[in-house]
Amino acid sequence: MRIPLLPALSARTVRVRVSVGLVAAVAGAVLLVPLLFPLDEQAVDMANKLHPPSWAHLFGTDDLGRDVLLRSVYGLRVSLLVGVVAALTATVIGTAVGAAAGASGGRVDRLVMRVVDVFSSVPHLLLGIFIVAMFRPGVWPVVISVGLTHWLSTARIVRAEVLSLRSRPYIDAAISGGASRWRVGVRHLLPGVLPQAGLAAVLMVPHAIWHESALSFLGLGLPTHRASLGNMIQDARGTLLAGDWWPTLFPGLFIIVPTLAIAGLAGVWRERINPRRRSELML
Amino acid sequence: MKRELTARPAGRRALWAPAARLVGRRLLAAVPVLAVVTFGVFAVAAASPFDPVQQYAGSAGLNASQETLDQLRRNLGVDGPFPERWWHWVTHALSGDLGDSTALRQPVSQVIGERLGWSVLLCAAGFLFAIAAGTALGVAAARRRGGMLDRAVTSVSYTLEAAPPFWLGLLAIWLFAIQLDVLPAGGLTDTGSDAVTAGAVLRHLPLPALVLGVSQVPWFLLYVRQGVADALDEDAVRGARARGLSERTVLLGHALRSGLLPVLTLVGSRVPELITGALLVETVFSWPGIASATVEAATSTDFPLLAALTALATVAVLAGNLLADLLYGLADPRVALEEM
Repeated sequence: MRIPLLPALSARTVRVRVSVGLVAAVAGAVLLVPLLFPLDEQAVDMANKLHPPSWAHLFGTDDLGRDVLLRSVYGLRVSLLVGVVAALTATVIGTAVGAAAGASGGRVDRLVMRVVDVFSSVPHLLLGIFIVAMFRPGVWPVVISVGLTHWLSTARIVRAEVLSLRSRPYIDAAISGGASRWRVGVRHLLPGVLPQAGLAAVLMVPHAIWHESALSFLGLGLPTHRASLGNMIQDARGTLLAGDWWPTLFPGLFIIVPTLAIAGLAGVWRERINPRRRSELML
Repeated sequence: MKRELTARPAGRRALWAPAARLVGRRLLAAVPVLAVVTFGVFAVAAASPFDPVQQYAGSAGLNASQETLDQLRRNLGVDGPFPERWWHWVTHALSGDLGDSTALRQPVSQVIGERLGWSVLLCAAGFLFAIAAGTALGVAAARRRGGMLDRAVTSVSYTLEAAPPFWLGLLAIWLFAIQLDVLPAGGLTDTGSDAVTAGAVLRHLPLPALVLGVSQVPWFLLYVRQGVADALDEDAVRGARARGLSERTVLLGHALRSGLLPVLTLVGSRVPELITGALLVETVFSWPGIASATVEAATSTDFPLLAALTALATVAVLAGNLLADLLYGLADPRVALEEM
């Protein structure tokens, strides 16, 4: 019998390790790089403009001579910040609405779920565009527009979870033990839905980044002095038409890689909390 | 309860009446949804700092007296509280008058009439590409699950799903229009001419349709792959193999048919994603459709156009959902349309 030198890693373990590594790399980059390499957003260096990728500038330089790698890290930082805040907003709204609907039941539940249905018949990006257009582009309108359009799925998930938890014996036991409605809700129902809500929040972050970058690209997002990845891709349009691809390509990869890493981790998390629904579809 | 006991009348005729009733019910249900959506749109506008009078007056409004501004407010019909303005808008919309677009300086209904066709053309072409490519690659991937092709196709799908369509569009322009110079970079007409000819449309359509299609492929592909792979494990397929049918017949005649049907019925529910994709792709390629008009309307805070287009998008989503349910009833005889 041959004894392998290294234990064979399952595909799942590899996926977990790669995802964890990428998430750690992204977190490290956005936290450490600004400390090590301060970037003056306004500084231009026309002598070095539009250098293709090289050892001095791994991702090349843009039309104002700025390092694309460094700017992408800064852009990712802005996008992540907006994405996380927007995802948290959406999760708080969704959990509150879903829990209220599920716990109240009856007429309130039906009414709330109707409202959710109405909200979901307007495409998210269009609703976001409308809100930002009315409130002028800026950081907060973007956060609010992404938050206000993304709570629907969380509300549905949390409501379903509350409905299934409500019929469990331990809830009956708590009620017959004399617990108040509030206590049942906060002490017994909320902890039960938190894993699902947390998973929804984590999966929401890439969505929020995606939406923020789309809004910024359309000129309806963040102001250009807080360049996010979407702003950078929009800025690079002119250089791309002149044939220089690197200021466009790399910021886009900075959107894709964190999205895949987070989706990979969330897939594992989902298998943990729902072992029976081991779906192959991650997204 | 009673319905389950009575046998379902056979034949095609039996399907039409429930389908018509479903359409009727959905039309009735669409009325309150549209009312709530447009009311919400007016409420958001009322809560925002946006003021149509100042937009109309422009810099002249800075020197105008309060009386002039109030007069202007009345003339523009924006002096009342927002529920009143909403009702005014709804009653006019019912007679076909959606107001005037402030950015494009023409009636909103004319903007929609001129541009809707181009958007439908782009979306249809993109979606057909997505269905064709998704089916072919999905079946190929499902044939050998876990094989090289399957892993490659799935990884690329997840990557494409994460990639923003506008970024894909820009890269496609770089590759096809600038490096290879085989397709035009955008617009609908050739440089230096305004005439929309069939040839020009045929040259300008492929690139945006390809990008829109590619952004929709991952979803479709992953579902087809799952559906066909599940179908390959079913008894019917085992039976077909046992009868000695060729692998090709088993795959295309049995597994694909039962695996694809549930996916096809979901197509209607993809309208929101299609609209989202169109908003970005039309802007990248300066496609003169309704979605790029939406973005223009938003950057210049063109409220009449935005309100009408939001309502229009809602109608499209509801129609898509209805289509999905109808197809579902057609595809699966066990589903009773009465219950949807």
